[in-house]
Amino acid sequence: MATSPAYTPDALIAADIDAYLAQHQNKSLLRFITCGSVDDGKSTLIGRLLYDSKMIFEDQLAALENDSKRVGTQGQEIDFALLVDGLAAEREQGITIDVAYRFFATEKRKFIVADTPGHEQYTRNMVTGASTADLAVILIDARKGVLTQTRRHSYLAHLIGIRHIVLAVNKMDLVGYDRATFDRIVADYAAFVESIGIAGFTAIPLSGFKGDNIAAASVNTPWYTGPALIEHLESVELDSEAAAARPFRLPVQWVNRPDLDFRGFAGLIASGTIRPGDAVRVLPSGRTSRVARIVSMDGDLEQAVAGQSVTLTLTDEIDCSRGDVIAAADAPPQVADQFRATIVWMDGEPLLPGRAYWLKTGAGTVSATVQPPRHAIDVNTLAELSVKTLSLNDIGVADVFTDRGIAFEPYADDRDLGGFILIDKITNATIAAGMIDYCLRRSQNVHWQSIDITREAHAAQKNQSPRVLWFTGLSGSGKSTIANLVEKKLHALGKHSFLLDGDNVRHGLNRDLGFTDADRVENVRRVGEVARLMADAGLIVLTAFISPFRAERDLARSMLPAGEFVEVFVDTPLAVAEARDVKGLYAKARSGKLANFTGIDSPYEPPLAPEIRVDTTQETPEAAAERIVEHILGIWAPIL
Amino acid sequence: MTDPIIRRLTHLERLEAESIHILREVVAEAERPVMLYSVGKDSAVMLHLAKKAFYPAPPPFPLLHVDTTWKFRAMYDLRDKAARDAGMELLVHHNPEAQARGINPFDHGSLHTDLWKTEGLKQALDKYGFDAAFGGARRDEEKSRAKERVFSFRSANHRWDPKAQRPELWHLYNARKAKGESIRVFPLSNWTELDIWQYILREKIEIVPLYFAAPRPTVERDGMLLMVDDDRFRLLPGEVPVERSIRFRTLGCYPLTGAVESEAATLSDVIQEMLLTTTSERQGRAIDRDAGSASMEKKKQEGYF
Repeated sequence: MATSPAYTPDALIAADIDAYLAQHQNKSLLRFITCGSVDDGKSTLIGRLLYDSKMIFEDQLAALENDSKRVGTQGQEIDFALLVDGLAAEREQGITIDVAYRFFATEKRKFIVADTPGHEQYTRNMVTGASTADLAVILIDARKGVLTQTRRHSYLAHLIGIRHIVLAVNKMDLVGYDRATFDRIVADYAAFVESIGIAGFTAIPLSGFKGDNIAAASVNTPWYTGPALIEHLESVELDSEAAAARPFRLPVQWVNRPDLDFRGFAGLIASGTIRPGDAVRVLPSGRTSRVARIVSMDGDLEQAVAGQSVTLTLTDEIDCSRGDVIAAADAPPQVADQFRATIVWMDGEPLLPGRAYWLKTGAGTVSATVQPPRHAIDVNTLAELSVKTLSLNDIGVADVFTDRGIAFEPYADDRDLGGFILIDKITNATIAAGMIDYCLRRSQNVHWQSIDITREAHAAQKNQSPRVLWFTGLSGSGKSTIANLVEKKLHALGKHSFLLDGDNVRHGLNRDLGFTDADRVENVRRVGEVARLMADAGLIVLTAFISPFRAERDLARSMLPAGEFVEVFVDTPLAVAEARDVKGLYAKARSGKLANFTGIDSPYEPPLAPEIRVDTTQETPEAAAERIVEHILGIWAPIL
Repeated sequence: MTDPIIRRLTHLERLEAESIHILREVVAEAERPVMLYSVGKDSAVMLHLAKKAFYPAPPPFPLLHVDTTWKFRAMYDLRDKAARDAGMELLVHHNPEAQARGINPFDHGSLHTDLWKTEGLKQALDKYGFDAAFGGARRDEEKSRAKERVFSFRSANHRWDPKAQRPELWHLYNARKAKGESIRVFPLSNWTELDIWQYILREKIEIVPLYFAAPRPTVERDGMLLMVDDDRFRLLPGEVPVERSIRFRTLGCYPLTGAVESEAATLSDVIQEMLLTTTSERQGRAIDRDAGSASMEKKKQEGYF
């Protein structure tokens, strides 16, 4: 066995263990990813790093020597790749198929290496492994130079926001440690990375197999004056240290309420530093307070920095829950609900534009839809492709709409508040990873203004609880008639109300909309928004719209606090409504003079569980109105 | 701002922050979480992190010990004390079938682990309806664990499918699951053995005294040094317990756990010995070796941690 130096522990361990431990408690932690295929010697390089940093024990070495002879690809020499090929399935295939994490440490740092495979599922795996990395090692076979896959790896590393790139020109032993070969590869690579916006990189000539320029400068490359790989890994700046210099952001992960006297907001600080007394703003509500304490089991802290998991208490009793972001009051992140994002698709089922997915960011989970992609990116040529969807391992740029505003940062500034995953609502699979590029201009300049007169204050002044009575049913079913009666009764009782009627709204606010499915969806969305504003003003709102689609009625329901949305299904059979035909519309639709008419050539999806159902063949409008008023007055909570 | 100097976090502080984040995330998203507590040093660290994560509240979930009845006596003592000190409920599960059949490490070999631990764990999770279980496994322990996710999904019959695990990006863990499915969560995924020891030292965490060397009755068998912990230990003809100064690098069922001869009686002595040693941690456990190099992966597919 040519290369098997024995494990030689640090002399200080034996001489003075306490001094050694004191010295080693203060290491920093660097996470990096290695990119390349088995052919580039990636597993060999990682095996070598573990071996050279004394992470391989005698029994493991014995097993390795044994395995090397049996299934190794290096003849009688140690096959370091066997150290890092984990699953039985991939051992049989001779390739790695997933992301694996390895650990080693030197005198200065602990390292976590994300090892990703070079073949199938490459994009998905590399993006996953790179998402937490500070640095990427891009491996090149010195005999082959810059290849398509080198470009792909570099592009992906750059895409995921890795600031430190190491170009590891490997297998230098096989080109006779030739300087000209190395210089040519570096020049080729420099030309390429400049074109994709990578600001700089560190190139190192090495041999994972022989150990050149891994742990120490190699005698075989006297012409190379830069650092050995480990030396370089020990010295680069960590992302967490850069994050500490930015404004404070704490995504609230968990509200700790052991009793009525304590309310702590727990989370991992995404950026900045915090001290007791600092002014903070809670997003998206925009309310401000100050930090009272930074609570920990070892006593209150005087300061906390990015990368720490903390529990804060505030000086004021303000609303703040999981998914909110506590930020520096004078430099808060933006809140928006429409974004331009770069999306990496990771599921076998392709993207369905318009379908609602869960979107999870540092700032919580919301419902979101992805618009049709603007383009996809060919990771090999970096060309922009025109596409209608995104499939497994595709990367594309698309607009993402969330169902409510979330605090965010552009991914380039903050991975925690700019990165998100998409989750399929049915299978629960993680189907995509996304990076927010920026929010769309229409939502960019609209901030949530914190208003002192709250919706509760509005309602209290009117001595009522706001409600939205959402009447739905076929044309001619009797929605407007009943809603009108209900409003008269409420008015007589001294209640403050407003009736939004379908026909009336279409003469004004929704004058620009027709009767296609898309326009109907928009019609109902606008009415829902108006109803919500009126409910915020403390009113009892009545809406009388066909509102044929369940999804949009549910959307309107989701805009309001629980219990405030009362769905009234005016259930009149089509035949009865058509026989009444008060406005003569059914006759027009039947004769083909009116297209997209609900019940005739456009569907109506009846509510599955309406709060109130009115069967107009059994009940008069007067009786129904009486019952509805009773229903909502009966469930009104007393005003406190 | 008068103090522009930003404190750099050490690797232990970053590992601690990451683990606490994982613990909190599960509590925020799971319906009924539980912490699997095996009384070893990794469990001790995991429990300590849970106390920190939810302070001043006690950790909002119970501890579950899937017991084999064959642990060291000192482990049972610390188990009960640790739960009491943390203010947490302790659930102990014994597989009734293993109990009825008298399954033991002397007569039943790998069936002992399979019935008491693997089956016992599934039974306990089903019995209490836990949908998320924290385990103290680390990625550095064994090759097949290097690819394990932090959130590891199990089907309704507790199987692990290495090809159907979800990608984990940034600090975003997807904890959504269908009814009946469950998650194993490994907050110590990125810790190494040395990190665990350094953290125990830094945080002054109480661990089972068996990790420290002391004179103990032992017999040598099949190249392993076994401790005679109680009178259930079956001595072979000619075997006489000999008092040796020993300690343990890992703890399990006492008749299956090999000791090392050692004089390391303090934490720093133990760490010193670990750093000077030349064999890996799991070598003391019979479980990894009984079916060749793919044995851990197979056990994991069947539901073992």
